[in-house]
Amino acid sequence: MMAVCQNLLDNFPGRMRLLESRSANEIYASLDTADLQEVTRSLLTQHGARLVTVFAEDRVNVEGAFYNYYVFERRGDPAYLILRAAIAPEQPRFPSLAVELPGVNWQEREIQDWFGLEAAGHPNPRRVALHDNWPDVHPLRKDFALHQVLPPFEGEQHEYRPTLGEGVFQVPVGPVHAGIIEPGHFNFAVAGEPILYLQLRMFYTHKGTEKLFEHLPIHRAVFLAESISGDSSFSHGTAFCQAIERAADIEVPFRARVMRTILLELERIYNHVADIGAIATDVGFVVANAHAGSLRESVVTLNEELTGSRLLRGCVCVGGVRRDWTRRQRETLETTLGLVEHGFGELVALVKSSDSTRDRLQRTGYLHPDKAKALGIVGVGGRASGVDLDARRDHPYAAYDCLDFRVPVYTDGDVLHRMQVRIDEVRESIGMIRAALAHLPDGPHRAPAQDIPAGRCALGVVEGWRGEIIHWVRTAPGNRLERCKIKDPSVNNWPALVEAVEDNIIADFPVINKSFNLSYSGTDR
Amino acid sequence: MFKILQKALTTGVVTAPYPRVPARLSESFRGKPEFDLARWKDARPAADVCPTEAITLVEGEAARRVTIDYGRCVFCGQCAEVSSDGAVRVTREFEMATRDRRDLIRTAEYALNPDGSHRALTSASTVDRARAAEASGRELREKIRSTLGRSLAIREVDAGSCNGCELEIIALNNPVHDIERFGIHFVASPRHADMLLVTGPVTRNMEMALRKTYQATPEPRVVVAVGTCGISGGIFGVNYATRGGVDQVIPVDVFIPGCPPRPEALLHGILLAVDRISSAR
Ligand code: SF4
Repeated sequence: MMAVCQNLLDNFPGRMRLLESRSANEIYASLDTADLQEVTRSLLTQHGARLVTVFAEDRVNVEGAFYNYYVFERRGDPAYLILRAAIAPEQPRFPSLAVELPGVNWQEREIQDWFGLEAAGHPNPRRVALHDNWPDVHPLRKDFALHQVLPPFEGEQHEYRPTLGEGVFQVPVGPVHAGIIEPGHFNFAVAGEPILYLQLRMFYTHKGTEKLFEHLPIHRAVFLAESISGDSSFSHGTAFCQAIERAADIEVPFRARVMRTILLELERIYNHVADIGAIATDVGFVVANAHAGSLRESVVTLNEELTGSRLLRGCVCVGGVRRDWTRRQRETLETTLGLVEHGFGELVALVKSSDSTRDRLQRTGYLHPDKAKALGIVGVGGRASGVDLDARRDHPYAAYDCLDFRVPVYTDGDVLHRMQVRIDEVRESIGMIRAALAHLPDGPHRAPAQDIPAGRCALGVVEGWRGEIIHWVRTAPGNRLERCKIKDPSVNNWPALVEAVEDNIIADFPVINKSFNLSYSGTDR
Repeated sequence: MFKILQKALTTGVVTAPYPRVPARLSESFRGKPEFDLARWKDARPAADVCPTEAITLVEGEAARRVTIDYGRCVFCGQCAEVSSDGAVRVTREFEMATRDRRDLIRTAEYALNPDGSHRALTSASTVDRARAAEASGRELREKIRSTLGRSLAIREVDAGSCNGCELEIIALNNPVHDIERFGIHFVASPRHADMLLVTGPVTRNMEMALRKTYQATPEPRVVVAVGTCGISGGIFGVNYATRGGVDQVIPVDVFIPGCPPRPEALLHGILLAVDRISSAR
C-alpha cells in the first residue's frame, strides 16, 4: 500500500501529502476534495483497491475544518490506505462518489445527515439516517449537544418512490414486524406475486451511539461497543478494543489473542447455527429448526461457561480479556466442542436430506456476482456471490495469522449458497477452535492497564460472523474519545437484499431476508 | 423423509424443567451483584468502574449517599472485582423481575473517614423479599388457563434494542426453553395480544410505533419492559435519539432486569406478570 500511496503522491504532486502513520498497517494521506474522484478512480482501476468505508469527523474547533476519510484496501496487502479530505465549514460540500460506487450511497448520505456536509452530485441526496420528521440538526457536529431535546416525533413523512403501471401495488411492512425481529420499514412494489422492487427505510433504532462514544470514558465505552449489535457483542467489542490498543501501542499478550480468537469463532458458530435453523423454518422445515435451536443452546451455554454471559458480554477488555480460563473451563470447551461438531453434522445431514428444502432455496434470492462486487457487498452475502473477502485472512488480528483455515466462496449467489457458506464456516470454526485450544499458550490474559494517549487515530477491524466490522477512533485526553466511527457489515449489505428479492415472489421474502440476516441496530446505531 | 422422522423420534426430551426445579446455571454465570452494605469500606472504586452508572454517589459533608440501581446494571461484575473488602459479591441470582421499579433500587448512607472511605453505615433501604416468591410451573399454567382460557398471547416489540434481548426471547421458543408448554405463545398482531413484551431503549424513531402498538392491544393488557435498556435506557440512557426506558412512553407492569435477561429470567418475569392479570380481574 505504501508503494500505491507513493505512486499517488507522484501523480498528484503538491496536492497530496503523507500524514503521520503510527502503524505500518495504516497509511494516512491527505488530498484535495477536487482530486477525490480522480484519485479514487486510479485506486480502483489501476491499483485494484476497494473502498472499504467513508466517514467524517468534525475538527472545526481544533483544526478549522471537517474531515472526510476514505479507507481503501487491496487484496493480499494487510495495510489500509486512509485518505483524508479537509472540508471548509464555509463551503460544506464534497464531491459524491456514489454514481460510480453505489456502495457508498448510504454512507455519503449519512455524512450529509450527521455533519451537514453536502455530497455534491449524489444521485439520491435525500435524508437516510435522520428521518424526514427530524428538525434541521446535525448530531455529530461538535456544537450539537448529546442531550439536546428535540421536538416530539410527529410521524414519518417519507415519500416512497411511486409505483407506476397497471396492476402494480405497494405493500408497506413495518416498522414493527410480525416476528420477533428488529424494526425497519420495507416498502414492496408488487405486480401480483412477484416483487418489482423493494424500498427500505432504516434507522428506526438509531440510539445516538457514535455521539455517545464521545462522552464515555474508554473503559465504559467497551460496553457500549458490545451493545451495537446484540448478536455480535464480542466482535464489536473486540474491534473497538483493537482500535484502542493500536492507538495506544498496547501489546496484547498472545494468550489473550488466542482466547479472543476462540470466542470470536464461538460467536460465529452460534449465529450461523441459528440462521441455518431459521432458513429451514422459513421453508417449513421445523424439525431442522428444532435441532438447530437445541444446538445453538449448547453453544450459548458454553459461552456462559467461558465468559459468564450467554452472549459473550463483559469479557473483552482493552489489553486482552477480563478473566483467564480455569482447567475446568478449558475441558468444558473441549468436550462441548465435540458434541457441537457431532450435532452440527446431524443438522447438516438433516437439512441436506430434504429435496424440497433444496428446491425452495436453490436459485431463490439470487445475487449476481457482478452486482455483489459493484454494490460492495461483504461477509456471508458477498462470499456466496463470489466476493472473496475475509478480514481474518486479509488483515489478520487476534491469532488468525497462526491458524490455517479456508474461506469458502461460491458464485451461485442464492439462498442455498448463503446457507452453504455458513455450513462451511462453522466447520472451519470448529477446526480453528480446536487448533487454538491445543496450542493455548501460557502467559497473561491481559496487558497491564495503562493510560491511553490523546490525539491518536486507529482502525480496529474484525470479520464478524456477518462480515467486516470497522471501528475507527480518535482518542481524547483523560482516557476518552474524540470520535468513534462504527461500520457494521449490514450497512454494506442492505442493497444486496434489495437486489436479491427482485422478481422473487413475496412469499419468499422472509427466507431471502433471513439468508442475509442483517443487523438493524448495527445499521442504525 | 425417513431420516427426518428418525431424528424427530430419536431425540429425547431436551426441555429444561425450569421453573419446576431451579435453573441449571453454569458456574461462571454472572447474576445479581450483592452488596454487604455494612461491610462495604468504599463505594468509589465500584462507582468509578460501573459502565452504566448503576452505582451513583452523592457526596455530602463527611457523608456519602450511595444508590444502586439494578434497573441500570448490566451484570458485568466489575464492582465486585474492584471492591477489595469483599463486600460486593457476584451471585448467580437472576430472578429479579418486579412490578415496582423502586424494588430495583437500593440506597445506603455512610459517614466518612477523612480519606473518603466509609466509617459507618448510617442508614439503608430495605428490600421487600416477599415479592420474590414465585409460582411453580404447574400453578402458573393453571393460573393462565383460568384467567385467559387456554393461553397467553404475547406480542414482542423491539422499540430500539441492540437485538440482544430479542435473541433470548427467541430462545424461549426453542426446544430447551419451550415456552409453549405453558400455553404461552407469540403472536403477530397486537390485536391478538394479552401482553406486550417491550425492549428498549425507546428510540425517538420508535416512540410513535410503540404508542400505536399499545393502543391497538385490547384491554386488559399487560406491558413487560425487558432488559436493562427497556427498564432505564441502560448504557444509552436518555439522549437526543432515545427516550430511555419503556415506562417513559407507556405504562409498564413488570420489569425484567438483565443484559439481556436469560430465558429463565424472562420466563420468571412473564409469570410474575400473569399473576398481575388475575389480580386485576
Ligand atoms: S455488575 Fe452492575 S452494578 Fe456492578 S459494575 Fe457492573 S453494571 Fe455496575
